[in-house]
Order: sequence, then structure tokens, then C-alpha cells
Amino acid sequence: MLPPNFVATCKRHRVVLSIAFLIVFPLLMPFKAIAVNILIYGLFALGFNLMFGTLGLLSFGHAALFGAGAYACGIAIVHFGAPWWAGILGGTLGGMAIAALIGALAIRTRGIYFAMVTLALSQCVYFLAYQATAWTGGENGLRGVELSRIAAFGHSINFVDPLTRYYVVAFFVALALFILSRILASPFGAVLEAVRENEARARACGYDVRATRFMAFVISGGFCGLAGALQALHLSIVPIETLYYQTSGLVVMMALLGGMGTFFGPFVGAGVFLLLENLVSLWTVHWQLFVGAAFVACVLFFPRGIWGTLLMGRAK
Amino acid sequence: MSHAMTAQISRRTLLAASSVLAMPAIVRAQDSTIKIGFPVPLTGPYGTEAKDQVACAQIAIAEFNEAGGLGGRKAELLVRDDKLDPGEAATRTLELIENDRVSFIAGSLSASVQLAINNVAKQRGILFNSISQSDQIVALPDWSKTTFHEAMTPYLTAGAVGRYAFKNFGKKVVFLRADYAYGNEMIDGFKAAGAPMGIEVLADLRHPLGTTDYSTLLPRIQSLKPDILVLANFGRDQQISIKQATDFGLKKTTKIVAPILLYTSRLAAGAQAFEGVIGGTSYYWGIEANTPSAKAFNDKYRKANENRVPSDYGALGYAGVRSILAGVTRAGSTDTAKVVAAMEGLKYDSYKGAQEIRSCDHQSVQSVFIIESKSKDMANQYDVFNVLATDAANAENLRSCKDEGHA
Amino acid sequence: MEGLSLDLVVLQLFTGLALGAIYVLLALGMSLLFGMLTVVNFAHGAFYMLGAYVGIMLLGVGFNFWLCLLFVPLVVGSVGLLCERFLIRRLYGRGIDYPLLLTFGLSYIMVECVRIVFGTTGLQFDTPDALVGATDIGIGYFPTYRLFVIAVTFVVLGLLWLFLERTPYGLIIRAGARDPQIVRILGIDVARVWLVVFGIGTGLAALAGLLAAPLQGASPEMGNSILAEAFVVTVVGGMGSLVGAVIAGLLVGVVVAMTSLLAPEMAQVSIFALMAVVLLIRPQGFFGRAGLMS
Repeated sequence: MLPPNFVATCKRHRVVLSIAFLIVFPLLMPFKAIAVNILIYGLFALGFNLMFGTLGLLSFGHAALFGAGAYACGIAIVHFGAPWWAGILGGTLGGMAIAALIGALAIRTRGIYFAMVTLALSQCVYFLAYQATAWTGGENGLRGVELSRIAAFGHSINFVDPLTRYYVVAFFVALALFILSRILASPFGAVLEAVRENEARARACGYDVRATRFMAFVISGGFCGLAGALQALHLSIVPIETLYYQTSGLVVMMALLGGMGTFFGPFVGAGVFLLLENLVSLWTVHWQLFVGAAFVACVLFFPRGIWGTLLMGRAK
Repeated sequence: MSHAMTAQISRRTLLAASSVLAMPAIVRAQDSTIKIGFPVPLTGPYGTEAKDQVACAQIAIAEFNEAGGLGGRKAELLVRDDKLDPGEAATRTLELIENDRVSFIAGSLSASVQLAINNVAKQRGILFNSISQSDQIVALPDWSKTTFHEAMTPYLTAGAVGRYAFKNFGKKVVFLRADYAYGNEMIDGFKAAGAPMGIEVLADLRHPLGTTDYSTLLPRIQSLKPDILVLANFGRDQQISIKQATDFGLKKTTKIVAPILLYTSRLAAGAQAFEGVIGGTSYYWGIEANTPSAKAFNDKYRKANENRVPSDYGALGYAGVRSILAGVTRAGSTDTAKVVAAMEGLKYDSYKGAQEIRSCDHQSVQSVFIIESKSKDMANQYDVFNVLATDAANAENLRSCKDEGHA
Repeated sequence: MEGLSLDLVVLQLFTGLALGAIYVLLALGMSLLFGMLTVVNFAHGAFYMLGAYVGIMLLGVGFNFWLCLLFVPLVVGSVGLLCERFLIRRLYGRGIDYPLLLTFGLSYIMVECVRIVFGTTGLQFDTPDALVGATDIGIGYFPTYRLFVIAVTFVVLGLLWLFLERTPYGLIIRAGARDPQIVRILGIDVARVWLVVFGIGTGLAALAGLLAAPLQGASPEMGNSILAEAFVVTVVGGMGSLVGAVIAGLLVGVVVAMTSLLAPEMAQVSIFALMAVVLLIRPQGFFGRAGLMS
């Protein structure tokens, strides 16, 4: 369809193209806040896909990692008056800490049982946060994560301005994407794939499968925690729903929708899902009907996900 | 008045004219219409209530526009679906403020959603008038100068219902609350009202939000033989718990009391649903018999909505938007600071009798109606409640501004 | 703890069994679908909800409750058959992710369709007249309808056991679950077996929904929260194990009832805590086959 040298050019300049895309993206969206949401959920889905797509482990508890990041960031800022960068750092570390806790318990199970153990443990995290009203605001959610201006490199940036807020979030998301792509391209990334493809052989080659899985889960927690922290800063609140199991379900669906076998697939899935939900809900209250039908159609006709199908089409 | 208005308009026109040259797009968008954002949960379990809120809010907009608007400037309602989700509500509020450049926001149908909207709005200096119940929104640290609360507070509601119930049905009480802000704040209100009356709390039980089976709690409540069982839960939780309490035969010995009886649930669930249950409401259309403003509002609603009558939560949609527009009219401006000043201490009677916005916390001081479900002698299909008593508007019944943390 | 007597504890046990009975019916269907078709059915909650609404519809056209008990599973089971035949069948052999995603989408569609037809506000579902009130069970009064729910569940269990263990059809189903390839080589149409299994699984979910409706009414969202609980029961019992589903269902019901007695606010987390503990000690659940789906 497309001239092959065009495709090759795109491939060679994919970093430049990605950056260019991130710059024009908010101008293409119906409003800036949803562009930021797409970036955040895109990052969340990518972090999740490290377990699912790369390692082949379906986690149904990633809401806990995302939520831990959001709450760690929010609590640092609301209760300890931490600066914004400490909030982001705290969120990332918070995601990793919860991932280490859940991972330590869950990593010995596999398949559908891994999904269920992570679900159960993340629900326990949800109920803990629900009860710890003094710290989390309980069912009302954590309010007051208010950043009006942020100081960076000697400049004070107006964080309330929608476009500025987008570019600040985009900067962190781009950074995270870069780090993630480096991890996947590293020898560790190769081990992850080896474990997914053939566990016994990976073990025979001398790799500690369980430790590899644990490491991947913690790293995944870092990316999801960062996404959570960015969400807390973006929305200025942390809803308790962030930790609910439906958030875990949402990210699974986003990854599958976009294509879990590709790097950008989950990101595309997040974008398409949020956009579809937003656009359809503007003209009908029965948006769930259309979103549901879109899912069914995707599964039946685009089993590799949207991005996976596009890449396939290009490969032909 | 008219003179002042003309002066204002000419100054505004001048101002607009000069700034059109500078930044045309923004000013035109802000100046032509008065935009009011209205996030409500159109999808989800409270879709019926939310749609009625929109219908009622449109009446307030139409009234304002038919009266000539603000010197010819018309009001416009921008409805958004918050899906009953605080994250979605925050995103939608950002959209309304950043993209649609609304001047004001009214709406919300749950505690967590209104606090989310409030947080986003107050950071950007946009006036928000909440139309669902919460004690926290009028208290620090959530409250801000631009935060208004048109709905009743749980403290007020529970206090009114409690005073009526403890006086008439007995002092031995079991509380069963949904374990979230609404339930907790309601129980605090009941306890505050009950303490001076000497009530005896036999048990204070909690159930998680969205519980579908109360059978595990009911045998224990039954064995305590209370005079009154207070069910501090809402919507589906309330319907199911009342139904199951009835199945367990609790009504034979115990009076069931709920802080809020929803008109829409009663209409959907039928007469048996709330049979013999006492509760409170912010509005019931039947008060029109002796409240002229209610009659006027009901008639407007009937005309616009095929002769149906407004629901309690729907009416709050009307009141929430109307109070903002009353403030705009009084201030003669859409400038937030001026409208805030105009709304503080505002006395009005828009649909349920005299109300006043308390200056210190922007809470609307209002009456509470004590109602019971009707199962016979109904004049028409909408005649579903009897008003037993009216707890008159009185600032004494609210939490004091000092308790709420205001200086 | 005021008012805590032995009678109350026993009464609470019965309450737990009634609650567990609904879980058992749901988890049975789920376990059937998973064990035999490796379909993780995310629409199971929606089929449950559909059971309640089809019940309301049938009552509206003049059926009585007893006929509903028979016809609701048939009607909803047929909807299940259609879903299997035209949607899910295309996905066999593609791994567990695809049916999961498809049924997730399907549940959105079903819930929204019910909202369009019946409205967003929940509907009341009256307890059948013969079962209103409470029965003396020796230690106190217990709602008759809940006893009925327990009884129906055990009857259904008996019938299902007879069907699977004593009929040629059951033999084929069991064989098909163990090794579909051999069954196919023996000349049996496995596709038809799976179709029937899907019908039975969704029919059981509908029956659970119908039985739950007089307890809690019907609402479009009623399947959402119970879906997670049914998953827990299925997993605790061991995915694919029918005996496991029964024992875990009753156990979860009793655990919830007992925590509500002692610490009501912990009732919901107790389900998940139980699941975490069971899986950490025994990763495949009570009766699950080790290494399944890994």
C-alpha cells in the first residue's frame, strides 16, 4: 500500500516521529484534559503490558500499582507538603513497593491463578485504602493535590494552563517510554522473552525464572506508579476507584484492544478506548452499547489488536 | 436600577469592544452567552435522577432567558455525563473550564463526585454550586470562597428526621449505615439530634457500599428488639435493605427510618417498597398545596414535561442553577467575585419556601420535609408520599461554621 | 459483643448457606465453561442479571414464579447458545484472552440493552406468595424464601450430577473436557457438546439471577459486583472443578455471614482475603488441577 522506502524512513526516524506526534497530539483531541488522560492510561497500559505482552503473565491487580503511585504522590503532596518532583518520584517508588509486596506473594502462581491472586491482593489494597480515611480520604477520595505552579530548571511553570500541563506530563511519559524501550532491548528484555517462550529452556540456560518475573513485576510497578502519580497531579484528586478492580480490567482491555504483542499497541488501545468512550457518550447515553460492540468486533475481526493489525497490514 | 444597568452595559460593551481587537476568540466565547457547566451521572444507576436534574435546570435557564437574561446576555447549560465517577467528573470539569470556558458549574449526584468537581473548580477560581449531599464540602479544607452548596447537608437531613422519629417512635435505636461518607455523616447527624433526647444506641452496624444481601445482619438486629432501625444508605442499597428487613419481619416490632426517601425509587419500585418507612426529603411536589413557589415551579415543569411532576433531586438541579443566575442578576455581572458576593446572604424562595445562603459557609439554609410512603387513597400516579411534618429552615439546625473550621 | 448467642450463630450459618447457594449456582456455570471450554466468561454476571429481568418479563405476560424457574434458564440459556454459536465458537484455540475480551464486550452490550428496555432504575421483584414470611427452624425464625433457595440449589445440584454421571450425554461432556481430540476421533461432534455446555452454564447463571431477584430486586448493574465474587468462588474451589465450586460457594457464603456478624465492615474484604490465603497455600484451589492454564 505504502511505498517501502517510506516505511523504512518512518522506522529509522521513529523517535523523531514519536516526539512530533506527542507535540501535535493535544491539538488533535477534542480537549486537552482527555489528551493527558490518554497519555497517562497509555503509560499505565504499557507498564501493564510488560507483564502481559512481554512476559505472558496476565495480572488482574494492576490497579493496585497504578493506585499506589497515585496515592503515594497525593499523600506526599497533601500531607507532607512535598515538592512536585518528589511527588512523582514517590509515586514511582510507591508503585514499585506495592509491586514488590504483591509480587513476592503472587509470583509463585501461574496462568489464570496468577491473575486471581493479583486480583485478590489488589482488592485487599483497595479495602485498606478505603478504611484508612485519615490518609486517603476513604470513599471520598484524596483531594487537594493542587499544583498551581511548578518550579523546574530555575523557571516557574504555570501547571494550571492545560497545554503546559500536557507537555509536562508528555515529557515524563516520553522519558518512561524511552526507558522502557531500552529495557526491552537490553539482555534483560531478551530473558523476559525467553521465559515467556519456553520457561524450561530458559531455566536450563541458567536463568532464575522466578527472580526474573519478580523483577519484571517491580519494574512494571514503577511505570504504573509513575502513571498514577501523573494522574494525581493532572486531576488534583485521587479517586478511590483508581484502586478498584475495574481499573485493572480496564487496562487489560486497553492492552488487548491495541495489541499486546506490540510495543505501542497498549498505548493505542488506551487512546482508542478513551476517545471512543468520550465521543460516543457525547451523543448518546447508551455509549456502553457501542463500546461493547466495538470490543466484540475487534476480537472477532482484529485479533491482533488495532495496532497489531496495522503493523501486520504494513508488513504485507 | 435600570440606570445602573445601562451604565454597566455600556461599560461592558466598551470593554468588550476594546478587547475584541486584542484577543477576539476568547472574549467572544465568554461574552456572548453565560455558560453554566452541569456534570451529572446520565449513565449508571442514577440516570433517571440525572435526566430529571437536566430537565429542571433547563427550566431555570429558560426563566432567566425569558426575563431578558443579563442585559440581553442569555444563559446556556452545558450538560456533561460524569458517569458517577470522580475521575471522570474531574476530567469533565477540566473540559468545561478549559475548553468550553464556562463561567459557573452546578451539578453532581454523589459526595465523592462533588468533592472532585469542587477541587478542580476552586483551583481555577470557578464558582461551583453543588446539588448533592455532603457535610465536607461546606467544611474546611474542601470549602473555598467559590464553593456553594444548594442541597441539604446530611447533618441537617438526619437531624430533622431524627428529631421527628425519636419523639414519635421511641428511644431504643439501631443504626445500620453504608460504610462511606454519606452513611457516616447521616449517622453523625442522627446521633447529634438524638443525644439531647436521650436515645439509647443498641448497635451501630456498618455494611459495605453496594451490599446486595443484608440477611447476614438482620437476625442480629432482630434479636436486639429496637424501637427504631435507622438505615443510613442510599438508592439501591436502601431499597434492598428495606425489602429484606421486611422479609425478616422486622417491621412488626420496629419502625424503619431512612434519612432520605427518593421519589424516583418510590415511583419505580412501587407502593410496597417503602411501606411504613419514614424518611426525609428536600422537596416533594405535593407541598404545592400551601407553597406558592412550589406550585409555580411544578406548573412550569408540567408544561415542559408532559404533565409529569419534578422529583426531589431534579428540583435541586433547578435550584442550583437558579441560585447562580439570581446571583448573576443581583451582581449585574458574571464576574466570579461579584457573583460570590451577591450570593452570600441571598434570600430566595425559588421552589420550596424561604431559603437563605449562609454567608460563612455558603450553605443554603432550608426546610426539610418528613414524609412517609402512601399505599392507598392516592389522587394520581404521582401522589406517593404524605408530608408528616416540616422542619422549618433554621441555621441552628446546621453544623455551626465554627465546627466546620471557618474562622 | 452484645446479643451474640449460639442460636444467632447457627441462624447466621443458615443465612450464609442461602447466600452461598447463589454463589454455587453461578460458580458451577463458570466452572463448567472454564473447565470444558477454557472460556473465562466475563459476561456471566450479565447472564445472571438477564435471568432476573427475563423473570420479570415472563411474570408480566402471565407466567407464575414456578414456571419462571423452568423457563427463565431455558430462555437465557438459548441466548447463551446463540452467543456460543455465532461469537465464541470462532475463538476456540486462540487462548483464553480472546473469549475473555469478547465476553467483556458482550456484558456491556447486554447491560445496556436491559437499560434501554427496562430503564436504569432497579425494579422490584415480589417474593412468590407461597414463600413469603418466616419458618421456624427450631432455633428461631428464618425467611422461608431463603430456605427455598437452598433447597432449589441442592435439587439442581442433584440433577446436574445425574446428568453428568448417569447419562450418555454427560459421559461425552466429561470425555470432551478431558481430551477433546480423542472424542473427536471417536466420531463425536464436539462442537455440539460445547454448545450444550455453554447453554447449561448460562442457564445456571440465569437461574441464580432469578432466585436472587426476590431478595434484592433487579437492576442492570446487579451482575457487576457478583461477577467478582463468583470468580473468587470458582478460583477458590479450583477452576474447572464442579465439586470445588459447590464447596467453595457454601464456604464463601458462610465466611461472609460470619464476618458480617463479628465485623460487618470487613465482610467484603473477607472474600478476597480468603482467596489470597487459599491460593498462597494451594495455588490451584481446593480441587483444581495443578498447572492448568499455565
